[in-house]
Amino acid sequence: MLLQSIKMAWESVRSNKMRSFLTMLGIIIGVMALVVMVSLVNGATGAVTDRISSLGSDLLSVSVTDDKGVPLRLEDLDQLTEDETIAAVAPSGSMYANVKHGYTEVFASVTGTTASYFPIEGLNLDEGRTLKTVDVENAAYVAVLSANAAEKLFSGDNAIGEKITINGRAFTVVGTLEENDSLMSSMFASYAVYVPFTVESRMAGQPYISSFVASAVGDTDVAEKALAELLRARFSRDDDAYSIINMSSIASALDEVTGTLSLLLGGIAAISLLVGGIGIMNIMLVSVTERTKEIGIRKAIGAGRGTILMQFLIEALMLSLFGCIFGLLVSALILAIISSIAGSITFSMSLDVVLLAVGFSSAIGLIFGLYPANQAAKKHPIDALRYEG
Amino acid sequence: MARQKPIIILRDVSRVYHVGGEEVRALDHASMTVYEGDFVAIIGPSGSGKSTLMNIVGCLDTADSGTYILDGQEIERYSESELARIRNRKIGFVFQNFNLLSRLTAEANVELPLIYQHLGYAERKRRVEAALERVGLTDRAMHKPTELSGGQQQRVAVARALATNPSILLADEPTGNLDSKTGQDIMELFRNLHEGGATIVLITHNEEIAAQAKRRIRIMDGHVTEVD
Repeated sequence: MLLQSIKMAWESVRSNKMRSFLTMLGIIIGVMALVVMVSLVNGATGAVTDRISSLGSDLLSVSVTDDKGVPLRLEDLDQLTEDETIAAVAPSGSMYANVKHGYTEVFASVTGTTASYFPIEGLNLDEGRTLKTVDVENAAYVAVLSANAAEKLFSGDNAIGEKITINGRAFTVVGTLEENDSLMSSMFASYAVYVPFTVESRMAGQPYISSFVASAVGDTDVAEKALAELLRARFSRDDDAYSIINMSSIASALDEVTGTLSLLLGGIAAISLLVGGIGIMNIMLVSVTERTKEIGIRKAIGAGRGTILMQFLIEALMLSLFGCIFGLLVSALILAIISSIAGSITFSMSLDVVLLAVGFSSAIGLIFGLYPANQAAKKHPIDALRYEG
Repeated sequence: MARQKPIIILRDVSRVYHVGGEEVRALDHASMTVYEGDFVAIIGPSGSGKSTLMNIVGCLDTADSGTYILDGQEIERYSESELARIRNRKIGFVFQNFNLLSRLTAEANVELPLIYQHLGYAERKRRVEAALERVGLTDRAMHKPTELSGGQQQRVAVARALATNPSILLADEPTGNLDSKTGQDIMELFRNLHEGGATIVLITHNEEIAAQAKRRIRIMDGHVTEVD
């Protein structure tokens, strides 16, 4: 019987193709809105959290704005690691400079730092070596290049042991880094060169440490507090003398924002699905009226209430589910297009979203189909037979 | 004619409608009996209660008072779905305006009551073929009603009515929408079916058509009287 009801519903959906399609359109658009929006937010969130975690979510970034006459030196940083919650600390003196190899020149950020900088920032070595403690102590003119800087300056050739100049001074390239898709580097897409802190501070005329990065042993928030306490003690208890950026708190704040965003967009999409459902109900009601005679005939030859109810309910369900399937296909297409345009971020439909869309569409088909189907089922056979539409 | 088992027994059946506060006695203590193998014409002008009688006999409606026994089963105030079951199994309707489903082929139309009987595919197929053969439309099985002439459509309707092997064939003005030639063809089909043993109740206002039945029952102002 169920199979027959499905067949009859299909006949009816098929016999009125344009109307069925237009009815489905509401659901198609609703599902599309739901799936695309949620997938976009999920994709973006995934990409952003990936980047933040690749940056090191246990990263603390400190800048000193007022040294109160007791500026930080390298030795002072080493002392900070004596605190058991702080794993490593590295200065990040920064300047911009023209970096040249042969006739190729790029404008790059030059970071003066120490060996511990690379693990803290989650930067991985591709070839050569990173900075050594002796480089810093001897203020050696050595440099480590970011992947894009190495690519730009050496265009794929071996860079290790080659000479570059930074603001006219010759440096030996000792290492190149792996491609890094961290948030900062992709946001600014800048070329980066890393040199010993002592060299950079001399070039920049900035002998003290005004900014540094630290990584936590355990909980980043605990380390942040400990670090803040140490800095407060040093800078005459003035909280405005320094600032600490905690990456993990940024990550969780971002998570919260995107979660809310996804809920909000999903909610809006759900409303459009609801509107689609009303469209189904509307057309089903029209269809029931139009087919009054048919209902009368079916009842006269032996269809009971349940049979008629089932037939129309399945029809509504069919419209919403076909709409859903169409919607999912179109969504997949749209997401593929957006992914190919966005390039670095891939947006894909998660199974959760698909199930959500199917579940929601079925529920809408049932809920909005029930009333018209019941209207059909309760028609009196004599009146229905007499009906001339 | 040897009187056999009664198929339809109506005893003092009344049906009252309330139209705009006014009481309309469509059937007033009507009684009649139709036996197995009968070919009965119920004659009456419009407004005579003919349609009400047909609705009650066809189990589309139930009486306000009196008893109606169809094929040994007393039709009481059954629920709508129970009445649908009885219609499905015991009654084959043939309507004036054919009442075929236009979206379905002749074959599918004939199959419909069998689907409601939950019969299996093979059995349905067999019965549809047999029914279409009886009305001589085997070669039109895959046509839709719009591709058939009026007479052919009515034959499909008769086939649909026959497919379930009903206790009675209940025809409401079956020739009303047909020209006289085609109408005669349909009447001949009924006569053949009658000779084949079918019990037929024909409702009409047309004396000429009624004359072709074996028995005539006249209905007037809700009262039923046997003519012969």
